[in-house]
Amino acid sequence: MERIPILKMGDYLLITIQVDMHDKLALTLQNDLTEQIVTYKSKGILIDISALEIVDSFIGRMLGIIASMSRLLDAETVVVGMQPAVAITLVELGLSMKGIRTALNVEKGMAVLRATLGEERQDGDSSPEF
Amino acid sequence: MALSRNKLAEIFDKREQEIATAWLERQAAGTRRLSPAEQHEATRQSRELLGAIKTAVQKDGAENPSGPAWTPVREFLIHFSATRAKSGFTPTETASFVFSLKQPVFDALRKELGQDADALAVETWRATELLDSLGLITAEAFQKSREDMISRQQAELLELSTPVVQLWDGVLALPLIGTLDSSRTQVVMQNLLDAIVKTRSDFAIIDITGVPVVDTLVAQHLLKTVAAARLMGAECMISGIRPQIAQTIIHLGVDLAGVVTKATLADAFGVAMRRIGFAVVRDQKTKTPER
Repeated sequence: MERIPILKMGDYLLITIQVDMHDKLALTLQNDLTEQIVTYKSKGILIDISALEIVDSFIGRMLGIIASMSRLLDAETVVVGMQPAVAITLVELGLSMKGIRTALNVEKGMAVLRATLGEERQDGDSSPEF
Repeated sequence: MALSRNKLAEIFDKREQEIATAWLERQAAGTRRLSPAEQHEATRQSRELLGAIKTAVQKDGAENPSGPAWTPVREFLIHFSATRAKSGFTPTETASFVFSLKQPVFDALRKELGQDADALAVETWRATELLDSLGLITAEAFQKSREDMISRQQAELLELSTPVVQLWDGVLALPLIGTLDSSRTQVVMQNLLDAIVKTRSDFAIIDITGVPVVDTLVAQHLLKTVAAARLMGAECMISGIRPQIAQTIIHLGVDLAGVVTKATLADAFGVAMRRIGFAVVRDQKTKTPER
């Protein structure tokens, strides 16, 4: 069965979407992802959509859903590598994906995750003091 | 034939003063009140055109207004139309400059040929055809100069359209000048996003100092641009909000709460620099006069 691979990189999971999304694929991805977040106790998800030339409201919504699910499981989601044309389309569709973090490329996405999780860890360190 | 051919020429020669006076009167009775300067200019132009027509008619007769003898007349009319188009006359006003010459010429013809009904009809028809074709030249030239004006303005608009400036490594500025409509927003957005990819920038500052009016539509376009840049992973700030604009935005109930806004480009640049970890420090060694 066709499925989108999820790569584990330390604390993070990397998903590269390179094919056209459809209902079933999206459901499989959501299943796989939630399972793996729980299994590996991942703290961050990177979704690379640099290969997507065309994005419709379905993918936009799916990204939002994935981000919300991950947040429930205490993992931050960063969408990286969006093409300019795709960004314009999403905005015109009225999907500005308010709850999702974004970055220009995987490298910067990693930096964003590291920064966020680093801050959280510091918060965690300071919390036992009181 | 030769005689009747030059009857018009004869009349123009003999009754030039009369025609000119009657023509100017008719022009003055036109729809628009001219200022003294315009009046003076119209008088000068009328006399010049009349002189040119007279010369052309004498040389070549009235049948062939597209011939070489009429070149000065045509050139004069084209130039005249262009000037009028530029100074905001309507096409009607411009064309009626020529057409109002009809009646004085007809009057002159009638006085000259009053007894000879046949000749009068022939000459009147000839004069009508001549003046009509001159009027058409005027209208065409008017149209053309308008079109030239439009295409020049379009080119100017494109030039004015939006450069994306790199202020610092990772900081872009987008100085917007002029009104922001949907088609322009599209270009602006495209330019900005391409520049973000090219320069791998983390910050973009949209400066709206040069945007004269911010209404809900413009605000919506701005928000779209900000959202698109954010989707690309760049943080967007809006700067150059003038006091008047700030009031308008609030009165309109536009929600810019999700966007960092600053009064000046310098402020926004400062914020961006701090965020990416740069600080500007004055060099102690250089002596700069206290301001």
